[in-house]
Amino acid sequence: MADNAPFTLEQILKPLETWLEVEFTFLHVNEIAEALSRLPREEQDFFLSWTRRISTTNIQISYQFAVRATAGLAHLNQRVIEAWALHAMDTYDRAGLRAAMQVIEDVENFVQLSHAHAEGAVFDEFSGILLNFAHGLSGRQLKIAQGDAPYTDSETLFLPAVVAVMETAKDNFTLCKAMVAFQWAQTRFGSFRIHFAEAFASFEDQAFALKQFHGLETLRLEACLQRELPGLAREMQRLKFTLGENEFIPDPWQRFAEQLAAPEASVNDSLRLLQEAYTAPPAPTACYQGELRPDAIAACKAKRTEHEKMHLRIKLAQMLDEIEKQQSEAPREAPPKIGVQEHQDSPNELPSFDITLDDIPVAPPEGVKQLLTSVYLDFGEIPPEYLVPAGDGDYDLTQFEAQGKDPDDVWQGTYHEEGATFYPEWDHGRQHYRKNWCVMREKDVTPVHDDFVPQTLHKYSGLIKHLHRTFEAMRDEDKLLKRQAAGDEVDIDALVEALADARDGREMSDRLFMHMHRAERNVAVMFMVDMSGSTKGWINDAERESLVLLCETLERLGDRYAIYGFSGNTRKRCELYRIKRFDERYDDNVRARISGIRPQDYTRMGFAIRHLTKVLNEVEAKTRLLITLSDGKPDDYFDGYRSAYGIEDTRQALIEAKRTGVHPFCITIDKEGQEYLPHMYGAAQYVIIDEVRKLPLKVADIYRRLTT
Amino acid sequence: MQARALESEAYFIQAEPYYEATGDEIKIFEAAYRNKLPILLKGPTGCGKTRFMEYMAWRLQRPLITVSCHDDLTASDLVGRYLVKGGETTWVDGPLTRAVRAGAICYLDEIVEARKDTMVVIHPLADDRRVLPMEKLGTLVEAHENFCLAVSYNPGYQSVLKDLKQSTRQRFVALEFDYPTTELEAKIVANESKVDRALADKLVKFAHMTRNLKGSGLDEGASTRLLVHAGKLITSGIEPVSACRSAIAQAITDDAEMLAAVQELSSSLF
Repeated sequence: MADNAPFTLEQILKPLETWLEVEFTFLHVNEIAEALSRLPREEQDFFLSWTRRISTTNIQISYQFAVRATAGLAHLNQRVIEAWALHAMDTYDRAGLRAAMQVIEDVENFVQLSHAHAEGAVFDEFSGILLNFAHGLSGRQLKIAQGDAPYTDSETLFLPAVVAVMETAKDNFTLCKAMVAFQWAQTRFGSFRIHFAEAFASFEDQAFALKQFHGLETLRLEACLQRELPGLAREMQRLKFTLGENEFIPDPWQRFAEQLAAPEASVNDSLRLLQEAYTAPPAPTACYQGELRPDAIAACKAKRTEHEKMHLRIKLAQMLDEIEKQQSEAPREAPPKIGVQEHQDSPNELPSFDITLDDIPVAPPEGVKQLLTSVYLDFGEIPPEYLVPAGDGDYDLTQFEAQGKDPDDVWQGTYHEEGATFYPEWDHGRQHYRKNWCVMREKDVTPVHDDFVPQTLHKYSGLIKHLHRTFEAMRDEDKLLKRQAAGDEVDIDALVEALADARDGREMSDRLFMHMHRAERNVAVMFMVDMSGSTKGWINDAERESLVLLCETLERLGDRYAIYGFSGNTRKRCELYRIKRFDERYDDNVRARISGIRPQDYTRMGFAIRHLTKVLNEVEAKTRLLITLSDGKPDDYFDGYRSAYGIEDTRQALIEAKRTGVHPFCITIDKEGQEYLPHMYGAAQYVIIDEVRKLPLKVADIYRRLTT
Repeated sequence: MQARALESEAYFIQAEPYYEATGDEIKIFEAAYRNKLPILLKGPTGCGKTRFMEYMAWRLQRPLITVSCHDDLTASDLVGRYLVKGGETTWVDGPLTRAVRAGAICYLDEIVEARKDTMVVIHPLADDRRVLPMEKLGTLVEAHENFCLAVSYNPGYQSVLKDLKQSTRQRFVALEFDYPTTELEAKIVANESKVDRALADKLVKFAHMTRNLKGSGLDEGASTRLLVHAGKLITSGIEPVSACRSAIAQAITDDAEMLAAVQELSSSLF
């Protein structure tokens, strides 16, 4: 049989039964198999592989996927199906089975929307580009996230997982771009400068009023976009034309459009016209207008304005303090008068702001301009109460900053994810990432001021002397290169030889110079230390001793280095322990923290590699090393982070690290490391030390070999 | 490296270079020049530092010797070195020495790129001694009274490794350059590239969009120089969107995603 001949019914049935565990679940797979058997081999492969991949996440979802996919999706673009399947699994990760089933069932809706052979635009593919696009537009720094419909809460732009309204992928992308620009225009041109609850209170049918209002605002913002981004406005017209949306505009709307197109028209004009529009036929729609969600906007705005007011007032108070420190004149009689001068370079632009103190312009503190712009977007001006410097008691910004939470609090009260960073994790069964899967926090190691470090130094005093000598020799490798074609000085030896050659009638060499080559050692290294429970006892001691020796030698070498410990207890509690940051000196605190390293929970590695790679990449260096000290393979409690899953995630994280230019390396004492380390790190990227007590002796030496 | 033997001290700028002052930089430069003070120009790339130097050289009627610094630039590259000619060694002055002798303006572009040991050779020239020690010759060259030292650096993409040392920076009169105001920048673009004013306005607006992206994926936004390039392409009949792609987007980033985003911005605008 040829390699690409379609599978027979029998051949399909068997794996399906295994994956969907028909023996226990009693799912009916016959129909699926029959439908699949009629497809060409390529499509069979596609559907089977996705069914298998989803089944590793959840069998029910996988079954429903297979049923629906085979029932009528075969004509759909594969990329869209992929996006749909991934979206379902993401939803499962985030919100559980019920929500995921909804996504799967929703496909009917989705197919209805799209054309035959629809090529949708997929969120994961366009969000990166559109985020940069949104940042390029003026105003507040907006975020982009996936949502159930296109709408904005005035800080985040929400877009659907897949947009397949138009026929071609290109047009669908343009539509997404139009959605982003439209939502941006809502924040930029003050659509949210009204109080929604008050403005709509008088209408009987509030939902309808809101719709009509959204229609009016759409007309106004279209005119704004026409002035601001004419190229895009043309594209938006074209999209509407293709969808037949602007064929017929009922009477009053044409007039509204003309009125709202005036450059000075504001949201208040829309509100004024709403009285009339409320009795008019429903507003014409635009494919990119999305939804208007006053609740989301109000919540977000309330939080932001409060925060920004406080922030601005504190910044101003700090600025006053600074200024008064410099001018040590008599205390002022009148309270300081702070003002803001707006000036606009051209009518279409956001104004820029200068701060004045007693009518004299002063340099605005850092970040204030951004704040003022954001405040201006919310109010169309800078309200005077924002310009009152904060009093002494008001200095507490922490209540507004989620970052300030102590990670340990998490486990004392109810679980929350505030102040944590999220990292994805690679699910090898799914062959895709689980998004925002690991909840990571950085913590400090509790320093222990004891005599561990002095003792270690004493114990290895001979070795340390030796290491100091070797590392000092590496320190500065300036070399005088002789016989160069160009250089700072003439190489007399070469010249004499060349002249002799010339006399003899031979060719004269042109390599007559000496060049001072300065090898600038430019290395940053991150040590990632296993703090899992299994290191308890002498492994922990050996790790700590190794770190002391490393620090001693690295200080001689002058390489920048940081040390972090890692440990995990399920994906919800991934912890990194700061032992030494890059910008910290090797001082008593760091020594006390090394001494204070204690075994914690389990060995979850992916998140640690991802986070530390990020930290490492923030350091300016030619060579970046990520060295892991570990005692075993990745392994976490309860949520399946072990054997293949853990190894594959770690491998994936290392591949990501390598892609950013970081060189990973692993030093382990696991004698079975041979089995999985080559797969994870690559053939020559690890060292197995067979005796724990040799670890401190070897680590510095390994480092030396690695970096020369 | 030996090919640097141009008669660089004879490089007088004949025609007046086009330069729009953004503040009182011309007056300050002239005052510093009269008082024999060295000058430090700070500012992002392509905002007019080099053009300003050309303009000042023309205005003061001095030859301009420009050295673009790079991370392998040695002291010998500036001061001079022995070369071998016909079996004998001869001394050849470097560009800095030539400028010192001839009373030219020596402009060291992107000074932080040079090696640390190179930077110290300018120290005796940059204070009231105004001498250049020639270590290898064992002599000291006193600067011509018209000699002027100017250096530039870009604080924008500074790494910790490439910071200007205090001992160096505290010798200079510093002039800060930034992108011109919207109004002025459009005027410059229109003047330099001969596009009409409306198009120049759009180009400047596009530049502002890319400058908004600085820090979130771009190291540097589009400079005035790039706008002029794009304008020139447009004047030669290239479509604005294509001109922006070739002259601006491709010049500021290699990242595919960022490139696409910048491209979307320009296509939204034109």
